[in-house]
Amino acid sequence: MKARVHVMLKNGVLDPQGEAVRHALGTLGFEGVESVRQGKVIELELAATDAEAARVEVTRMCEAILANTVIESYTVEIV
Amino acid sequence: MHAAVITFPGSNCDRDLAVAFEAAGAKVSRIWHKETDLPQGVDVVGIPGGFSFGDYLRCGAIAANSPICHAVVAHAGRGGYVLGICNGFQVLTETRLLPGALMRNAGLKFICRAVGLAVATTDSAFTTGYQKGQVLRIPVAHHDGNYTAGPDLLAQLQAEDRIAFTYAEPVNGSVGDIAGVLSANRRVLGMMPHPERAAEDTHGSTDGRQIFAGLVGALTTA
Repeated sequence: MKARVHVMLKNGVLDPQGEAVRHALGTLGFEGVESVRQGKVIELELAATDAEAARVEVTRMCEAILANTVIESYTVEIV
Repeated sequence: MHAAVITFPGSNCDRDLAVAFEAAGAKVSRIWHKETDLPQGVDVVGIPGGFSFGDYLRCGAIAANSPICHAVVAHAGRGGYVLGICNGFQVLTETRLLPGALMRNAGLKFICRAVGLAVATTDSAFTTGYQKGQVLRIPVAHHDGNYTAGPDLLAQLQAEDRIAFTYAEPVNGSVGDIAGVLSANRRVLGMMPHPERAAEDTHGSTDGRQIFAGLVGALTTA
């Protein structure tokens, strides 16, 4: 079973990298990009066979290390 | 006074930190991150600068979960002193021994130069040897030093006089130009600038020396 974790900066936390990407897109002539937020995707291969148990376990991983919940939010997807 | 300096894979200021503690009169033990316990009688733990675990995932995140950090958290919980410099500050926020987080510099560039550093409080063993408002010259060398705290946390840090140092001029986008923060019991200090690189005449500044001297003085007379 595979899990996919999306980690993003929380709303309201300034994202200087996203802002730089937005600026670069404007420089390349892509108009109308009002905001860019940059995050990360973490894929995990799991031995678990029960999707709900896997979701609980991956959520624990997010809280323990995969995300810094002071500034980041995360979503867990079991695929 | 007995200081323990931790080394993670990728730490690169560990020896400098040990030398600064020794020069101030401390006995220093160098500790590898896979150790599960600190030596008996350690007064201060130094968490050095560098790029622990290659800054993978987030700066300091993997180091914060290494075996020795559980011992460091327990040491702090017993009222022990901890000094985290640069990557060490990032490790301390990741362990939640210090609040807030250190994000990518607002200008996205690695900044490596001496900066003016204002002493914001003298009410700690780390800063007792300075004058409030005194401006020190101490180098910074970081890519992720942009201290981030919400309005509530910022107000709390100000109300509790827990901002140890501020940049004399904006450096990296830190809220309130914060460069160093103390724990509630004032015994854990995290700071982005490198006082161990401003501790000898040959460094060009000795303004950082008093942090180590202050700790040794406070803990030797205690």
